[in-house]
Amino acid sequence: MTNLNKLEAYQLSCVRDDRILFSELDFTLSSGQVLLIEGANGAGKTSLLRILTGFRRAESGHLFWNEELIENSVHFYQDTAYIGHNNGLKVALTAQENLRYAQALSSTTLNIDEAMAQVGLDGYQDTIVRLLSAGQQRRLALARLLCTHKPLWILDEPFTSLDRASIKLFEKFIETHANQGGLVIMTSHHETQLPHTLMQKIHL
Amino acid sequence: MKKTSSLLNAFSAVIKRDLLLAYRFRAELINPLAFFVMVITLFPLALGAEIALLKRIAPAIIWVAALLASLMSIENLFRADYDDGSLELMVMTPHPLSILVLAKVIGHWLVSSVPLLFIAPLMGMMLHMDTDIIGVLMLTLLLGTPVLSLIGGIAVALTLGLRKGGALLAILVLPLYVPILIFASSAIDAAMTGFPVSGHLSMMCAILFLAFTLTPLPTAAALKMSLS
Repeated sequence: MTNLNKLEAYQLSCVRDDRILFSELDFTLSSGQVLLIEGANGAGKTSLLRILTGFRRAESGHLFWNEELIENSVHFYQDTAYIGHNNGLKVALTAQENLRYAQALSSTTLNIDEAMAQVGLDGYQDTIVRLLSAGQQRRLALARLLCTHKPLWILDEPFTSLDRASIKLFEKFIETHANQGGLVIMTSHHETQLPHTLMQKIHL
Repeated sequence: MKKTSSLLNAFSAVIKRDLLLAYRFRAELINPLAFFVMVITLFPLALGAEIALLKRIAPAIIWVAALLASLMSIENLFRADYDDGSLELMVMTPHPLSILVLAKVIGHWLVSSVPLLFIAPLMGMMLHMDTDIIGVLMLTLLLGTPVLSLIGGIAVALTLGLRKGGALLAILVLPLYVPILIFASSAIDAAMTGFPVSGHLSMMCAILFLAFTLTPLPTAAALKMSLS
């Protein structure tokens, strides 16, 4: 993660149901920065994130990851971790099995127990995810960020169903990640306070 | 080299996870199997005790039942992953999606079709099939059922975004199942009339390899489309 990474967006626009959600959006995000996307419901926050993850094509405009178009970049998905509205967890598997699977897909081998302890789920390794509360499931999804080693985090409402202490904790993780040279793009309804990071805001 | 091993790692992780999930929901494993057995059992009941007739149409009954059972189970191939967001994670890996899709289809075949292969000889005996014909039937099922899963995968991926894709899925998939059904039944026909079957089986092999290499690509593309 020591090398510098950069995500650049040129003239992005998104149209949904004949409505222009945003147009001519430009931004550059470099290592160590956090991009907070704000906006009312339906303003296109999630649409923007889905464009940034490559799931959706922008109506116009281009995205570059380290000067490569993300559609053509072999490194983009290697370097990106995404947490969407859904947690992406298999509720019939245990917490540990879920994280192992995520690691196998991204070919990383960091310590799972450590990541689980960090998100306050130590001792839940062998618990079936269905038996965890909504907040715990969210924390487990976020633990995926900690046990896969990816510079760019794209987070869609990461704090949903988290309690105040957990939100504080995750703001700290985001700060640490940014200060270690990571990049974070997130949407949030909560007042997100990250005083120790370079934060950009986009208001849609 | 490292890349290949990490791809293999991801490939086996997908299969392992799906097998584990199937094991956790083992009650659901019975569904296609019970359906297969029930459909086949209905025929002797409806036709009466005409052994010669049963013997003649038994391979066709078993094949059509296997086809319908495969159609029934294939619907869930990507549904759960789509609903809980793990499909998005699968797309966002450095690995080619088509390879991971292939892993999912193989996992699905192991879970839903392999049990049918084990019970098919019993069904054959129930319908008074000769043992050597049962052997040929097994071979055609072994070569044919993976093709059913592979082809079905494309249609499932295409109908993923729809709320009620079930009926459309059947309409899309069944015509595509026709060639494999034709080759399978002609192989069995040949066996019954005493002709060599190797030609038909080679053809089925060819179809299997073709499906193996080609179908993951459109399936992956359709999955990406469903996600956008």
